[in-house]
Amino acid sequence: MIYSIIGYYSLISGLCLGLILIYFSVKNFKNSKLLDSKILSFTFLQFFFVVISFLCLILSFVLSDFSNETVFNNSHTTKPLFYKIAGTWGNHEGSLLLWLFVLTLFILIFLVRSKNQPIKYKILTLVFQQIIIIGFFAFIILTSNPFNYIYPTPIEGLGLNPILQDPALVIHPPILYLGYVGSSIIFSSALAATTLKMINKSWAAHIKKWVLISWVFLTIGILLGSIWAYYELGWGGFWFWDPVENVSLMPWLALTTLLHCILVLEKRLILTSWVIILSITTFTLSMCGTFLVRSGILNSVHTFANDPERGLFILVFLFSLIFLSLIIFFFFHKTNKNNSESLFWLSKETSIIINNWFMMYFLSVVLIGTVYPIFLDVISSQKISVGPPFYHKLIIPFLIPFLLMMAIGPSLKWIKSNLENKVYLFSLLIISILLSFLIVENFDKNILINTILISSALYLFFITLRDFFIKKNKNISQNIAHFGFSLLILSILFNNLFSTEIITNLKVGETFVSNDTKIVFENINQKQEKNYKAILGNFSVENPDGTTDKMLPELRIYNQPNIVTSEADIKTTLLSDKFIVINLVQNQEYFNVRYQVKPFMLWIWLSVLLVSFGGLVSFFKRNKHEK
Amino acid sequence: MKNKFNLFLIIVIFIFIFVIFYKSLQDTNIYTPSVKINNEIPSFSAKLLYSDETVNSQEIFESNKYYLLNIWSSWCVPCREEHALLMDLTKEKNIIVFGLNYKDTKINAQEFLNELGNPYEKIMFDKDGVKSIEWGAFGVPESFLIYNNKVVEKYIGPLNKELIKKIKLLIK
Amino acid sequence: MKLLRLFFVIFFIIFPNQIKAEEGDLKNKITKNLRCLICQGQSVYDSDSEFANSLKIVVNKKLDEGFSEKEIYKYFEDKYGEWILYDPLFNKNTYFLWLLPLLIFLIGGAIIFKKFIKKHQ
Repeated sequence: MIYSIIGYYSLISGLCLGLILIYFSVKNFKNSKLLDSKILSFTFLQFFFVVISFLCLILSFVLSDFSNETVFNNSHTTKPLFYKIAGTWGNHEGSLLLWLFVLTLFILIFLVRSKNQPIKYKILTLVFQQIIIIGFFAFIILTSNPFNYIYPTPIEGLGLNPILQDPALVIHPPILYLGYVGSSIIFSSALAATTLKMINKSWAAHIKKWVLISWVFLTIGILLGSIWAYYELGWGGFWFWDPVENVSLMPWLALTTLLHCILVLEKRLILTSWVIILSITTFTLSMCGTFLVRSGILNSVHTFANDPERGLFILVFLFSLIFLSLIIFFFFHKTNKNNSESLFWLSKETSIIINNWFMMYFLSVVLIGTVYPIFLDVISSQKISVGPPFYHKLIIPFLIPFLLMMAIGPSLKWIKSNLENKVYLFSLLIISILLSFLIVENFDKNILINTILISSALYLFFITLRDFFIKKNKNISQNIAHFGFSLLILSILFNNLFSTEIITNLKVGETFVSNDTKIVFENINQKQEKNYKAILGNFSVENPDGTTDKMLPELRIYNQPNIVTSEADIKTTLLSDKFIVINLVQNQEYFNVRYQVKPFMLWIWLSVLLVSFGGLVSFFKRNKHEK
Repeated sequence: MKNKFNLFLIIVIFIFIFVIFYKSLQDTNIYTPSVKINNEIPSFSAKLLYSDETVNSQEIFESNKYYLLNIWSSWCVPCREEHALLMDLTKEKNIIVFGLNYKDTKINAQEFLNELGNPYEKIMFDKDGVKSIEWGAFGVPESFLIYNNKVVEKYIGPLNKELIKKIKLLIK
Repeated sequence: MKLLRLFFVIFFIIFPNQIKAEEGDLKNKITKNLRCLICQGQSVYDSDSEFANSLKIVVNKKLDEGFSEKEIYKYFEDKYGEWILYDPLFNKNTYFLWLLPLLIFLIGGAIIFKKFIKKHQ
């Protein structure tokens, strides 16, 4: 109980500090020879209070303090300790503390690491960031207080959803938040730089580190979410174009585009408007995502508490930020019309601009697909669903030129290029096409589109692979990232093409035989765990190549809350995953058994790691140059 | 000038978006396909629960009489609560109650009725849930008010006193 | 043309599995495109709820009865409304849905193109 009080007053203190910081910042702005040391101290103090608050909530969860409403709603005495701690941020109120944590941490690091930057710029960035921070403090204190007191103290909590008791889901939110909440610093500093007319090459070099770190975390965060979905939801799918997934993908697309614009801005003074707009857009999309997911207007597997009042607060807050950004952009940003920096059609900048154009298109597809049903419902009371077929139809055809451009772009020079190495570029293209046709023709589904897709991805693959070995113009981080991306597309395509599935109903002791696989349902075991009862199915699966796997899919019957979940048994090898699930059938003695062979699953995860590794390499490379 | 116009245009667009989102917050409700009312009842045939007789939709629904088709199961908890109300409804002269037993076993269904009473004049057996889908149902419990071979009202979820009152008014 | 036909005939003789595989594929394709109405955002393919299982049986039946993919979608749309279909239909409700992204693509292209024209003047 004491922790709730400390936690709550820490939040109040944090809010007050935000206001104090704005006051001192404005004062310092007027005569800014030196950054007022009070500002740095108060920023640190604000972060410190958020940490205290967060720790108090964690302690309340660990101690199962059910006088705290959040703990009561989301925890249970029988939950394992690890998941009690994780339960802190697995709910709406706690996750907002995570928001505040990242917001305050990043501005602190920004101030500490920007010693060489102009003082006015630092102050203004702080001011914009504090506007966001104060908004979130107000949001928490007014509508989502994690320290609400309930009396009389219940003996037991309502328990966390067992689907959320998973290691991947424990680290997925923090990493994801470091990504898209981290983009707040890009937002604030872009607005500051715009106001001070500082959008230029040196600012680009400075902000690039932040873009990279936010981008790396966001990529990994999305990866973790996909991995979790693969293990826990559905039958071996890892991306469902679910609104909440889309909501994390949109900032990623904006951030990736921003990253490439920054790369151009570092070299030439162009695309300044785009850099500002994208900086604003990335964070706006993050907040918009928060709004969509927590307000209850979207129907999804992952939605948090449905509370329209909270939704209203975020909506107003979000649009205030948007209007503020728009006003700053239009009043302070002047593109130099006189600046006739020319753009030659065959140059690296152009290829980047073209691919940015494509990425913006992808972003608009995802955005429109996600929010359109809301609009339609409000305007004409019609409910429609927008699912995977929509996204596939609109995105896949455009992936082809996108991949080709990614392959050719890096080999172009800045400003003006005459396509060197025409011979090898062209011959690799032919090889890719032939190879992919050979692969696809044995599987006859949609030969044409698959051939073209695979050949584009293969082309990118070969080009980036070859680029590892040629010495000139070595940009290793870009190479790694693009190579990883080609691997990702190839893995997804092959996985799609070559996956097989067997669905059957089996009683204990029965066997299923197809022309290359034999599934024997040997018996079932029952086990009693701490908070659930497990039914394990013993299966022996004979593969086409003669080997046999023992597989143990599980059914878990939880007591709090009272639901049944199905845990897949997945055998992962470098080449493919074998995936088996069982399900109870109402009122029947048999089980529904689903067995899938999914090639290249591991490569899907590894390739995303490779992509983010490329970003990480770039991040550390930059630091070396500055010293 | 062009800049100011662009700004104005963009602000207008955002205000429009804001209004839409604001309104969407006002009515967050679960979707029910209520538009599909006043449709013809689906034509189907089903086995009865007790006998192995097969009946046809054409035959069992006579015109000029009200019918309540109730989809139920022995394993469905809310069905138990609405069952008493169904028993009550059988006292009305103007309405006949039919049952559609959903994904159940005959033994469990029988036990359920032995325990709580049998309000159904006829009970159709839907072992795999296919017939319910013919009716456009989601699951259990669900009820349809039928008149003149048309679906007049559809009730998703268990019936309660309020709805029963409305039904009684309708059938007068 | 004759050569192509011959090629296809030989192809299907050598790979007859493909036809059978296609039936299972079609069923999966359809169930992936139908929303499980009592779940929170899962397709019938992904879901294991009672409703989803019954729906899968219905899809099988309709396929056996010779319904085409489009006819099956229409059947479910009649019963449950457009909401059950994950692939939005192209009708007056969804013109903007399908066309707006393409419009944005074209506008983006136009902006970039203008940049080049300007520079080259």
